[in-house]
Amino acid sequence: MVGAIDINSVIKKFTTDDGNEITALDGVDLNIKAGEFISLIGPSGCGKSTLLRLIAGLSTPTKGTLSMDGAGIEGTSYERGLVFQNAMLFPWLNIYDNIAFGLKARNVYRKHKERVSKFINMVSLAGFEKSYPHQLSGGMIQRAGLARVLINDPKVLLLDEPLGALDAFTRMNLQDELIHLWKKEKMTMILVTHDVDEAVYLSSRIVVMTPRPAKVEKILDVNLSYPRVRSSSEFLYLRTQILKILDYAGKTEDPGYFI
Amino acid sequence: MKRLKSWLPLLSVLLAVGVDLWLPDSPLHTPTKTKYFLWFLLILGIIFIINIIRDNLRKTKDKNFAKQAPFYAVLILLLNIFNLVSKKYALLPVIFFPSIDRVFSVIVEDSAFLATCVFSSAKLLFAGFAIGVIAGVITGIAVGFNKVISYWINPLVRAIGPMPPTAWIPIVLVVFPTTFAGSVFLIALSVWFPTTIMTAGGIQNIPNAYFEVASTLGAGRYYQILKVGIPAAMPQMFLGIFNGAGISFVTLMTAELLGVKNGIGWYINWQKDMMAYANVYAGLIIIAVSFYLLVMLLFKVRDRILVWQKGVIKW
Repeated sequence: MVGAIDINSVIKKFTTDDGNEITALDGVDLNIKAGEFISLIGPSGCGKSTLLRLIAGLSTPTKGTLSMDGAGIEGTSYERGLVFQNAMLFPWLNIYDNIAFGLKARNVYRKHKERVSKFINMVSLAGFEKSYPHQLSGGMIQRAGLARVLINDPKVLLLDEPLGALDAFTRMNLQDELIHLWKKEKMTMILVTHDVDEAVYLSSRIVVMTPRPAKVEKILDVNLSYPRVRSSSEFLYLRTQILKILDYAGKTEDPGYFI
Repeated sequence: MKRLKSWLPLLSVLLAVGVDLWLPDSPLHTPTKTKYFLWFLLILGIIFIINIIRDNLRKTKDKNFAKQAPFYAVLILLLNIFNLVSKKYALLPVIFFPSIDRVFSVIVEDSAFLATCVFSSAKLLFAGFAIGVIAGVITGIAVGFNKVISYWINPLVRAIGPMPPTAWIPIVLVVFPTTFAGSVFLIALSVWFPTTIMTAGGIQNIPNAYFEVASTLGAGRYYQILKVGIPAAMPQMFLGIFNGAGISFVTLMTAELLGVKNGIGWYINWQKDMMAYANVYAGLIIIAVSFYLLVMLLFKVRDRILVWQKGVIKW
């Protein structure tokens, strides 16, 4: 199996326009095995997305190293597919051409043409090939965004709050689709989310991060079988545990009272 | 009521015909061989009748012609009034305000020569326009994508661009071997500037995420420029081209006034010098119609290319 990601004491600093230095990541260590479903969870603005961008190769760490299957990550690669928060479909391409973009960009379209309709069917967008993104609903757009990345057959799928902007029902449907996909394609999935339910429902391990500057606060194994029941006591226990960690993360004083 | 509205233009036509037939012409106006205004009204009348029938046959409630009918009716009424003021009573100076008959007679009887004028103007315009658009798009892309080129070229674009292209005429007359080449240069210049500015601006305003998406999907630098940068900047590019088209029409007319010995702008100026105002009006009508058609053509091209924008942006 391929698709293991190793993150070794990664530090990422930004300089803002007015010259202030901001430490987004302050020594992150994380080893992700091939075929895992990892969720990165933490308070908003803590640097989860920064970490994801580093894994994708969209930016470079100030210190530390990132590697995939032993080879250092330098620049982007279609083997690490990234699904953006609001899909970022190209508005000037119809759904077919959006999904075929990766194949065409890598100059393998002629060889793998049949993959386009296969993935269009997989995300149930058959019949919408000629539609433009602005004609589709949020859920359809996000599914198209997923198909556009999957068509490249990535080893690692990076998901940057892909379901954040969707309504609750569409979100739950797509969560099931993600699990189905993960079981079938056996790829490594790294999901950034701030939805605790989503993290517990989907992942095999949950990485809880501290507020900025972010470090790994705690890693929890989720030993529940799929499909998971959102109302089971184990589910709720884990959920409460994470909420507790998040609640106290960064705070030192105890309120000193009970309700 | 709707029914009645469709008949208004026809009524207006009949009124104009009546006025032209039964009122005596002023002796100050030289009569034309053919009553062109009457023929014109006859053709319009037939077109209106066809449209009324078509509207009635149409099953849908959407009566297109009925909507436009009042406009046409008033337009013909205005022509009718002008006919009264000029040919019938000669209330305006005859030499500057010829009868509609005379203007139409120029268009019909001088049509062969007018056609050569339109043709030579078109040659100039298309050559200049094509060169301007291509140069503008290339400069815009280079400035938009390359920081070094932007550093060196941008000040030049900003300094030269806002100058009215016609201000270059003294230099152009010296530098270019023929007036044709010089005029093409002036027209190209007037299209080049807005196209460059809008293309570069369009590229610089593309959300970076589109390029990031493309690069994580395996697209190289040049593929990103070709398949992300250019299409994303296309709406802005068209704004620049439309702007340039407007300026190029002005430049074309001015260029013809100065150097070229043919063309519709030159024709107007020449006829003005000969005090042949009927010919001047004929030239103006031809300019109006051809530029209208050109702009329509440009809109059609834009709608074809920017079909993905339908419902997103309107201008």
